Amino acid sequence: MSVAETEKPSVGVVGYRPEPEAGQRVRRRWHPELWMATAGLLLVCAGFILPFVWMASTSLKTLEKTGEFPPRFIPDPVQWTNYYSPDKEHPDLGVLTHSKMHFGLYARNTLIIAVLAVIGNTLSSALAAYGFAKVKFRGRGVLFGVMLSSMMIPFPVLMVSLFTIFRWMGDHGMGQWLGTSKPLWAPAWFGSAFNIFLLRQFFLTIPDELGEAAKIDGCNEWGIFWRIVLPLARPALTVVALFTFMWAWKDFLGPLVYLQHEDQYTLSLGLQTFQSSHGGTDWNLLMAAALLVLSPVIVLFFLAQKTFIQGIATTGMKG
Amino acid sequence: MATTTTKTAPAGMTERAKEWQQVGRGLAFLSPWLLGFCLLTLLPVGLSFYYSLCDYPPLKKPVFVGLDNYRQLLWEQDVTGSRGDPIFWKSVYVTFKYAVLALPGGLFVSLGLAMLLNVRVPGQAVYRTIIFIPTLVPTIASAMLWMWLFNAKLGLINTLLARIGLEGPGWLTSPTWLVPALAIMTIWGVGNTVIIYLAGLQDVPKELYEAAEIDGAGVWRRLWHVTLPMLTPVIFFNLIMGIIGTLQVFDAPMIMTNGNGGTDRAGYFYTLYLYDNAFRYEKMGYASAMAWILLLIILALTGLAFWSSKKWVHYQGK
Repeated sequence: MSVAETEKPSVGVVGYRPEPEAGQRVRRRWHPELWMATAGLLLVCAGFILPFVWMASTSLKTLEKTGEFPPRFIPDPVQWTNYYSPDKEHPDLGVLTHSKMHFGLYARNTLIIAVLAVIGNTLSSALAAYGFAKVKFRGRGVLFGVMLSSMMIPFPVLMVSLFTIFRWMGDHGMGQWLGTSKPLWAPAWFGSAFNIFLLRQFFLTIPDELGEAAKIDGCNEWGIFWRIVLPLARPALTVVALFTFMWAWKDFLGPLVYLQHEDQYTLSLGLQTFQSSHGGTDWNLLMAAALLVLSPVIVLFFLAQKTFIQGIATTGMKG
Repeated sequence: MATTTTKTAPAGMTERAKEWQQVGRGLAFLSPWLLGFCLLTLLPVGLSFYYSLCDYPPLKKPVFVGLDNYRQLLWEQDVTGSRGDPIFWKSVYVTFKYAVLALPGGLFVSLGLAMLLNVRVPGQAVYRTIIFIPTLVPTIASAMLWMWLFNAKLGLINTLLARIGLEGPGWLTSPTWLVPALAIMTIWGVGNTVIIYLAGLQDVPKELYEAAEIDGAGVWRRLWHVTLPMLTPVIFFNLIMGIIGTLQVFDAPMIMTNGNGGTDRAGYFYTLYLYDNAFRYEKMGYASAMAWILLLIILALTGLAFWSSKKWVHYQGK
């Protein structure tokens, strides 16, 4: 018995195929366009992936072999000690054991900052998004417009002033901010325009009737937010959390400006310092270090793939 | 007598009072954002404007000097007769050279990729993932990777070129090829934009394609007359985002030239010079002036884009 599997038509520039009849199992037919597209994609993707492959390959080579010609993809010999040198006499042979690159420390710092930023930003952005989406009040549109335009302010405009403000706080008894990681996650607790925008678009799709019904049962606005809208918004909130995490993990300028002691460094900053001052030409070590820094993010992506892509698509479209 | 548990406004509350009550509720929800906006956006922007009119060495108090910073940057003539700060103009030139390469290049590539990725080939999801992954990589890691790929003597790009008999340029050490190299690296990271285009492509109404096919339109005509016009809002969005983004690039050039902009300052981007002024040359006022000029440039360009959008952007009536 044929499965009632209807395949979506290939909507796109390259050919539109009419809907298959209901109840028919559809097999893909190999039109010439399909061949060309596959060939093109294979070529392009090979090009996109090549850098990563080369990176991994270099990371396992001995120093002399990094520059060999013709280039070889499979290292010979494979030098795992580039990553971890068990030899106590020569720890600097491996990036994980290197005396000048404190992976564990940097990773911990980055993780703490990222987690704090994610929690704070998700909550505060959701609050603001609810206000913009569900609470009809005078002046809401204006404030929303103001928020959107704030997205266009280039960071350099804020950079010097923020630096000054944080230093001022330290000089006036409000705790030490410069030279700590606080400026990297505390501002996130006030929401971010991008996330507010994303969540607001999502909240707008939640029918008002749900809120109305709750009001009749005696629920106030906060209750609707906390008990009805938020739980429904879990997918969107996950997207926001993921984006914020990625942004915090990748941030370079922030740590560069605000962090002053090496033991506070994040992975981005630590890796850059390592590269510019100690690792200049040890390309095998550098590639190993870089690969280690980018792996957690790739792993996270694979675990949360669908959410990611959906999230970017939603923002772009309703823009 | 039945008592209701419904919460209603006290009897007799006027319309106006109810309105204000709503405003209060709205602001309550917005309060974290509003507070942050005032403290971390409005205040810094105001301060920044003030600093741009000051001489402000980091450890001292800012001293008001009026338009001096702007004068020095833009029109003050030196002994040779050239106007403004030559390094400033150089950084403007470098940034625009990059934008001219990266924006259209990125646009074409991402649009083309999106259309390729929209075809239902087997393994479509895998291809999409591959294109998208570079955008996740922390800039430091991809910068180091591309520094290695672009290495003049040992890098993969030049060795591959050598295999087909071409002598590759110095790339990051060559004044002519530094910015193009950065543009190439940017295009590798175009996956974000591709996803947005993909979403836009899904939104094109199928009926339009049907009608076009009935009228005998082939692949390219469908592309030109159906797909592209329907995509113009998305293209516009990406254009605006692109303008704002490319003019502010910092991480990659900073890392790849070790902060100094490379030979001949061929990669001394605007933000690099700004950063140096603020944190290395102790001229925070000067840096703030640069920041405001950047803001004005961005506003002007996005304004231009908005104005031009009336001519070429078609919104589907919804």
